[in-house]
Amino acid sequence: MRLRSGLLTLLTWVLVIAFFFPVFWMFLNAFKSENDAASIPPKFFFTPDFQGFELVMQRGMGSYLANSFIASVGSTLLILVLAVPAAYALSIRPVKKTQDTLFFFISTRFLPVAAVILPLYMIFKSIGMLDNIIALGFVYAAINLPIAIWMMRSFFLEVPKEIVEAAQLDGAGLFKELTRVVLPLVLPGIAAAGLIVFIFAWNEYFLATLLTTSDAKTTPPFLASFVDGRGLFLGALSAAASLAALPVIAAGWIAQKQLVRGLAMGAVK
Amino acid sequence: METKAPLSLAKIEKRRAWKTRSILLPALIFAILMTQIPFVVTIVYSSLNWNLLKPNDFGFVGFDNYISVFTSGDLWPSIIATVLITSLAVILSLLLGLMFALLLDRKFKGQAIARTLLITPFLIMPAAASLIWKYSMFDTNIGVLNWIVTSLGFDPIEWSTNFPLVTVVMVLTWQFTPFFMLILLAGLQSQSKEVLEAASVDGAGAIRTFQWITLPHMRTYIEISVLLGTIILLQVFDPIAIMTKGTGGTKTLSYLLYERAFIGLNVGEAAAYGVVAVILTIGVATIALRTMFKVFLDGGGK
Repeated sequence: MRLRSGLLTLLTWVLVIAFFFPVFWMFLNAFKSENDAASIPPKFFFTPDFQGFELVMQRGMGSYLANSFIASVGSTLLILVLAVPAAYALSIRPVKKTQDTLFFFISTRFLPVAAVILPLYMIFKSIGMLDNIIALGFVYAAINLPIAIWMMRSFFLEVPKEIVEAAQLDGAGLFKELTRVVLPLVLPGIAAAGLIVFIFAWNEYFLATLLTTSDAKTTPPFLASFVDGRGLFLGALSAAASLAALPVIAAGWIAQKQLVRGLAMGAVK
Repeated sequence: METKAPLSLAKIEKRRAWKTRSILLPALIFAILMTQIPFVVTIVYSSLNWNLLKPNDFGFVGFDNYISVFTSGDLWPSIIATVLITSLAVILSLLLGLMFALLLDRKFKGQAIARTLLITPFLIMPAAASLIWKYSMFDTNIGVLNWIVTSLGFDPIEWSTNFPLVTVVMVLTWQFTPFFMLILLAGLQSQSKEVLEAASVDGAGAIRTFQWITLPHMRTYIEISVLLGTIILLQVFDPIAIMTKGTGGTKTLSYLLYERAFIGLNVGEAAAYGVVAVILTIGVATIALRTMFKVFLDGGGK
């Protein structure tokens, strides 16, 4: 029994390490010189080299990271403002057709982006909002709003009815009831929803590559530009990819539990 | 109380209902503005002859764009590519995710660290993941995977050239296995310990316990993960744009539309592709959403 359990643990670790290896390799390559990064057999020991980081910063990665930050944080804030009241309204009974509304929201999330991107592109083009980071933020808010509403609703549903009813008997209006009584109880859930929509916006590539060209370019299209690279560039690419992935990895590691729930849109406890 | 003032109470209820409805409005209006209206406009575009390269040819053409969508011979292969990539990635991620969830649902040293390492591929920016795999794993000269293959005495494999579909599915499976694992692990951990203990007292073996107790309990979680995974993966774009550019049977619907609209600059035809993509997705999505809706409303949630 002991032996079997030990073997299973060993197997688990071997598989986990194999699975994690590409990420580990990315971080390792980020600190190699181009020659070391391209070396075969692969080099595990080397003198650290920061040229990759210097190069991508010279190529303007700082401003692309800043754009990603504006679009993701901006869209997350807009989503919070819209989704908190909506999710609350959908979590309490008096709203008729709650189910229809929920169904509507969720179906907008699964509408292929392809179906809406052309008009948005044309409209943005005609009003000079192409390559505008605010416009991109608005689009991100629209795509991720349904997830936030679904997830927050599941947290709102957990607030004991008695608490809300007590507040109502005390004569609290809807606004007071929401901000003073319910909101403090569901703050962790709201934070989790915010984290998820932030991650989705930060990682988004398709819309970013269509709606931005230079001024508002975000990190994913910048990374993708490495595809046409010549010569040795794995070191620089790994440095850029590491910088781009780090914020989300850090956030995800810290908030693993909330992550599960957010990804399952509240269906998993 | 109810008999004393039924009218005023009803009034209060009514006012509350209105107020609740009104705080729902901003989100609703925003969603309609940003998704429904553009979709209607897409339908209008799809009836126009509108190529950005030929601005003088602009005009209404009825169903011509749809006819060229269905007769050009690009639609069917891209439907197959979309279905094939999505289903392969979902099945493989589900199986691997289930395996990892079962392995991690045991007490062992460093369990939390193992889980943390395992979820990382899902957190990596998809564009970054595709590039890292393309250059540091699959590359014929400097890729680690090919180094292993050649060390074992085989010829290097030209992954993205000779096996584009496999390449895309591998990267997607790598990214989505953690997603399935997380949801399934949450399911495993919500199993009642008493039932499991009772089963082991009754002398049920590990396999029978898994078959008769764990699997039925996991049904909801498997459904949730498959539905969400399918819906996300149906729209997959990043690894195709970065690794294969749609070659070798990897031209999914979203990539095809991108190619038509933003490389070919044919707005009318691309819009028609968009509408067709929506109709096809509705087919999958109504079934999926209906099932999911049930799962979400009375399944793992409330």
